[in-house]
Amino acid sequence: MAIPKGGFFADKVEQGRYGPIFPKTPACYGFTIIAKIKPGSEETVRSYGKKIEETIAGLPEALEVLQLHYLRWVLFDINKETYFMYQGIFDTDFDKYTEDAVALFSKYGINTVFENLEGFPEDWKTNAPAFVKFVREHQCPSFLEYGEYPYVSAREIKKALKLKAAFSDALDQMQ
Amino acid sequence: MQGGKLEFDDIQHILLTRAPAITGRYEFLSFRNAAGGRAWLSAILEKVHSAAAVRASVGKDKRWVSVAFTWNGLRALGVDDTSLATFPEEFKQGMVARAEILGDSGANHPKNWVDNTASPDLHAIVILFAKDPTERGRCQSEHKKLIAHCEGVEVLSSLDLEAVPPLAYPHDHFGYRDRLSELAIEGSGDEPRPGFGGSVKAGEFILGYPDEEGSIPPLPRPEVLSRNGSYMAYRRLQEHVGAFRDFLRQHGETPEQQELVAAKLMGRWRSGAPLVLAPHKDDPELGADMQRTNNFNYKEMDPHGYAVPLGAHIRRMNPRDTAANMNRRRMIRRGAPYGPHLPEGTPEDGKERGIAAFVICASLVRQFEFAQNVWINDKNFHELGNERDPIIGNQDGTLEYKIPMRPIRKKITGLPAFTTLRGGAYFFLPGLKALRYLASLGTPR
Repeated sequence: MAIPKGGFFADKVEQGRYGPIFPKTPACYGFTIIAKIKPGSEETVRSYGKKIEETIAGLPEALEVLQLHYLRWVLFDINKETYFMYQGIFDTDFDKYTEDAVALFSKYGINTVFENLEGFPEDWKTNAPAFVKFVREHQCPSFLEYGEYPYVSAREIKKALKLKAAFSDALDQMQ
Repeated sequence: MQGGKLEFDDIQHILLTRAPAITGRYEFLSFRNAAGGRAWLSAILEKVHSAAAVRASVGKDKRWVSVAFTWNGLRALGVDDTSLATFPEEFKQGMVARAEILGDSGANHPKNWVDNTASPDLHAIVILFAKDPTERGRCQSEHKKLIAHCEGVEVLSSLDLEAVPPLAYPHDHFGYRDRLSELAIEGSGDEPRPGFGGSVKAGEFILGYPDEEGSIPPLPRPEVLSRNGSYMAYRRLQEHVGAFRDFLRQHGETPEQQELVAAKLMGRWRSGAPLVLAPHKDDPELGADMQRTNNFNYKEMDPHGYAVPLGAHIRRMNPRDTAANMNRRRMIRRGAPYGPHLPEGTPEDGKERGIAAFVICASLVRQFEFAQNVWINDKNFHELGNERDPIIGNQDGTLEYKIPMRPIRKKITGLPAFTTLRGGAYFFLPGLKALRYLASLGTPR
């Protein structure tokens, strides 16, 4: 699906609680936030990769409520300044579960990765609108999205895999 | 003065208590001039009970009054722009501007509302709950006299409330038992009932106290105006009793089957008994037992919805252990039925009847609007694909309702609308000190 400049189809913009919702594409709902990190915080930001890995190792369903397909975090330099790219593919639009995401980040201590970004609101935990404003201001909408399995949710994929495993088990037991 | 014990003598009673009323009346007001509005408020605020007052005298009292204001209403009373700007965005915009987010389109669109609540001139609501119709009549004529003395105060519309017979237990026109979701606020003295996961922090409902996040969120200014206040979403929901009963007959041959269809839409039998605890047969005693009727979960007890369908009203409005951060989405519900009772067996008479309800919370966008947008009207809630809340969702006849059953599920297509929104507004419900502050605006201090 090709997406117009700005990220919206002008004739069908749906309003969410915190503003217009970016459209659902065959790759579901994605967002890409690109923001400059505070000078000297690169190692701190990088260390959160390990931290999330450890969180998931101990609690595989830790991020379940986000209804997430993929998360990709990237650090890169432009003119000796370091930028952080947060790319996530979700089943629901960002607007619906914003507050749950904020609560989740605090709960697992991954909150401060954002606090290393320039311009991030200090009171974000109690001020969802300010958090949303930052995210929207740093969102870079894509202009093409493709899904090999279009519009399918992560939950549906997990369900299908479970069914496949159960079926396979049943066949094995018949041997 | 931050946080601390709940100030029962300052909090309007409607937030913390439920008056033993069987009747009532709402009047929606407009202030054509600020002085007239303040004169009205100065007089009426003497009648507004605090939570402490109601607790002390509820046995003797015969009427209970609450007042609340729209953002335009605060402006009309003379609140200055600096202060007005500190209120949350959704409250400033009002319910009409938020219609798309709330799912209020089609028949539910504000242009179809019948009570002038969609008008920008709506400034205030005065809520009367009364012990009996005589007392309501007395209060109504007293209020009429008061308004006649206050220049520029105009009644945009009014609505009389009546409990639906039989009066032995509270229920709506469809016959569903009401008031089952009474939560307990920490520090209120109320004991949490089994199934609620404990009491909820006061800041989720009352401004100026710590909320479930652990801190006191920023308040509108000045503090005297916001402290002990709350936000209130008003919804006047017409119930199409004839259509509802036709639907039950269409999908159930025997009275027992019809009762089951009604139960599957709600997730509870009309007696209040939850399907998780009483999946096959009604249990009115369970429905009436507040210690038992909420004591269940979904993840372990009904993961696939064989008892309570995944899209049933109670599963959407309170997903319990299947949603995150439930205590950040709690709401207090108040209100009452209106319109004439339609006895069973009587054909639809075309008269408007329904529920005129208030949802009270500290953040409209995080609590009320979330419930409307995500729980009630998201077609893909729980991956259902093409459903909305079967009782209060926006239904236009194109959606379906799936009832998981063994060996195969039942799918109802073209679900009709059983309710239609006929009015609504966002109000701010100030504390008693704040009411006095508002009444004194414009006078030299």
